[in-house]
Amino acid sequence: MEKVFEAYKDKIPKSILEEVIEKTKGMNKSEIKKMLEKVREEYEKSLLDIGEAVGIVAAQSIGEPGTQMTMKTFHFAGVAELAVPQGLPRFIELVDVRRAPKMPMMWIYTKDPKDYEKTVEIAKKIEELEITKIAAIREDFIKKRIHVLVDMDKLKEEGLDFEEIKKRLEKAVRKKAKVEGENDIVFDLKVSTLKALRRYTNKLEEVRIKGVPNIKKAAVIKQDGEYVIQTEGTNLKGIMALSDKLIDKRRVRCNNVKEIEEVLGIEAARETLLREAKAVLDNQGLTVDVRHLMLLVDSMTASGVVRPVGRQGVSGMKSSVFARAAFEETVRHLLDAALRGEKDGLKGVTENIIVGQPIPIGTGTVGLIMKKK
Amino acid sequence: MLGTSVYLNGKLIGFHNNPKDLVQTIRDRRRNGKLPYEVTVAYYEDRNEVYINADEGRALRPLIIVEKGKPKLTKEHIKLLKEGKLSFDDLVKNGIIEYLDAEEEENAYIAITEDELTEEHTHLEIHPALILGVCSIISPYPEHNSAPRVPMTSAMIKQSLGLYALNYRLRTDTQSHIMYYPHVPIVKTKFHKIVGAEGKPAGQNFIVAIMPYRGYNINDAIVLNKASVERGLGRTVYFRTYETQERRYPGGQKDKFERPKPEISGYRGDEAYRFLDENGIIEPEFKVNGGDVVVGKTSPPRFLEEIGEFGGMIEEKRRENSLAIKQGESGYVDLVLITESESGNRLVKVRTRKEMVPEIGDKFAARHGQKGVVGLLVPQEDMPFSQSGIIPDMCMNPHAIPSRMTVGYLLEALGAKVGSLAGRHIDGTPFDNEKERDLREELKRYGFKPNGTEILYDGVTGERIKAEIYVGVIYYQKLKHLVSMKMHARARGPVQILTRQPTEGRAREGGLRFGEMERDCLIGHGTSMLLMERLLEESDKVTEMVCPRCGIIAINDQIRKKAYCPVCGSTEVYPIDMSYAFKLLLNELISMGILPKLNLTDKV
Repeated sequence: MEKVFEAYKDKIPKSILEEVIEKTKGMNKSEIKKMLEKVREEYEKSLLDIGEAVGIVAAQSIGEPGTQMTMKTFHFAGVAELAVPQGLPRFIELVDVRRAPKMPMMWIYTKDPKDYEKTVEIAKKIEELEITKIAAIREDFIKKRIHVLVDMDKLKEEGLDFEEIKKRLEKAVRKKAKVEGENDIVFDLKVSTLKALRRYTNKLEEVRIKGVPNIKKAAVIKQDGEYVIQTEGTNLKGIMALSDKLIDKRRVRCNNVKEIEEVLGIEAARETLLREAKAVLDNQGLTVDVRHLMLLVDSMTASGVVRPVGRQGVSGMKSSVFARAAFEETVRHLLDAALRGEKDGLKGVTENIIVGQPIPIGTGTVGLIMKKK
Repeated sequence: MLGTSVYLNGKLIGFHNNPKDLVQTIRDRRRNGKLPYEVTVAYYEDRNEVYINADEGRALRPLIIVEKGKPKLTKEHIKLLKEGKLSFDDLVKNGIIEYLDAEEEENAYIAITEDELTEEHTHLEIHPALILGVCSIISPYPEHNSAPRVPMTSAMIKQSLGLYALNYRLRTDTQSHIMYYPHVPIVKTKFHKIVGAEGKPAGQNFIVAIMPYRGYNINDAIVLNKASVERGLGRTVYFRTYETQERRYPGGQKDKFERPKPEISGYRGDEAYRFLDENGIIEPEFKVNGGDVVVGKTSPPRFLEEIGEFGGMIEEKRRENSLAIKQGESGYVDLVLITESESGNRLVKVRTRKEMVPEIGDKFAARHGQKGVVGLLVPQEDMPFSQSGIIPDMCMNPHAIPSRMTVGYLLEALGAKVGSLAGRHIDGTPFDNEKERDLREELKRYGFKPNGTEILYDGVTGERIKAEIYVGVIYYQKLKHLVSMKMHARARGPVQILTRQPTEGRAREGGLRFGEMERDCLIGHGTSMLLMERLLEESDKVTEMVCPRCGIIAINDQIRKKAYCPVCGSTEVYPIDMSYAFKLLLNELISMGILPKLNLTDKV
């Protein structure tokens, strides 16, 4: 039996072969043989021909349905009121690899995603809270003092301790504070200039009471029967630093490709790019074969860093001078090429069209070799 | 606070503490005739500004003034108006009707009909249809059409060919069309007369059968009766005026109208000048074609002296600079006009005339956003006919109706059918027209089916058509997009000097661009050789000699029949096929200070 499969080891990819082994359990030898032959046939049929213009076909396959995408920015109704770019704007965002998307978001799963109470608790813990949200900071220029007037109602709402806040503030400016009245934290600063006073104010304004930096909002939403924390603003590093007891780190998702690249590496970034691109198209009800998207995503990440499609990225990195000059910044590329004494091997499509030679694709891939006598 | 800013003709002139009073006073005075009627005033409460306008360039429209829910125009007034004892101007003078501009309209609350008037209303529309513009108001039954079709109609009315001016025989417009026998539409609106569309109609009443005709009217095509066309249906004349003058040049030189002599540089050949008289000007009623000269003209030399063939200075000859008919156009010379231009030069205008008989590809449109292109001209004997022998002028495809919901089209057909039987015009004014019920009733009285359908017989087989066919009369307009002025194809032809690529556009006998996306398609199909044929062989292929050592394009001395490298002088050069655009690129790179070199290898 093993021998039958052995013969196909080099003809069918391993994963498919394994599937065949699994599915043909209990069949007799001739049946399995027939099956393997059929699988091989199908596999070879689905392979690309040599010289197939995959890039152009991928571009057309994404571009054509892309014309039907809406230019709408969608507003979610309900708890998490977020203006999320969808459709074409989002797709452009992905392809351009913006440092930060218009709406950076994360989805965080807790250890026990069925427990609503606990999830909310963690969400509150993650959400960033700045002092300016619960208190007003006033400067007294004459007495050179800074008043931090804490809103006690909000304090209660957030479940915070007044003393705790005071301590945090003291730590931030490395000065002791007094409490006047019931909600006024006063910093009596011995400074001579107003500039110095303002410096302290700025420092105080930046104080974070709790939460992970940059997580501006954390809402709990229900997804497929599980409670997920959906955040506005991302901080993958910060979230990953949280305790394993709180969250399931392996399930953390993020829509900021650049950030994923920095924290988790290029493979994760590629995966995210692919997932996000597919999500955009699925969302619009457009069916594009994943392999087209994979080609796009691969060409963006092949160099080891995520590169945008365009002048700064994929197109600007082409090896041919002519291809680059034909795309954008013609003069710059030609001059630079002249300075470096570049050589164009005429290997690509664009170059050969410019020069007036058959393009090395499809029927142009074949050549002649002279037989030596 | 300074109070409300007051602007007169857009300029701040002061401030006022009681803007409402100010505005009311101005309005009262205008109504009393103490201020001219064209003064308008608007108060913007939110911005706390008053705008008074009395300058030119504002479109004003008349409205009936309403006070306490009662229009100031009474039955009494209307009676006097009918008797001719009162004029419209009197109503304006007496403050019954006033003119508002767009700005003052913002302060008004205008009722469209009298029965919707409330206490709050300030004005009443004279006629509900006046909410429409000039073009929409002359389309019949627009309220029965789906909304997007109404502006489409308005856009097409502007493109219709008719009698655009009564003095067209005296005019010398560069291009103009006149319809041979324009009709006043049978279904018209109350505003046709007011707008002036009755005196200068642009269209004809076609007898239309709403039925498919052997697939020749699918996708908005229309089938016309050839006999109707030969009788003059949809026929127009096309006038085109050519113009030239004897220009003066510095140095006392002048152009001259004359029959150019063969020795003049740029002589077009005897053939081209055959219609010219001794003055070098054509006479009316000659049939001219593209390239024929209508006014022979020579211009003085650009430089007084020039290097002759054998060196030495010789006097340059006068240049040929005649006025010729555009390539691809033809017609009869209709008018030759010799006058003087503004600068006092002798000026000749030549107008040609051409009959444009409807042909396959000409565009026609009804007044309901229903446009179509002629798909076939059918001999009358092959058109469907009714028992009484009525043969339609046109077959319009029924698929054009349901999805577009142009019910007005059907109502017009019904109405005009009644109108042509009764010998009167049918009123199709927007919001105020003859009702379908009455039209059906009347049609029945004339012995037709009240729903407008008729039993027709196939003209080819003579069999009765099973379905009952809706037959009516529709006012169709011939639109200015005529195929004969658009049709274009090219196999070989002129190329641009710089790139040696084919020229662009019909006027220059250009090629059809094989664009970037078309190119992508061929790449996608992997048809490398086809792509090369499109982009190279059919475009700007050249064979250049290249020096294999220097990689530079060699000089190809045609006279000495020798090709050599300009750098090393070697005559060992090889012919290389390339696009001329690429050769040009290499030259331009050299001009930038970059020396591109070609590396030659063996093909095999």
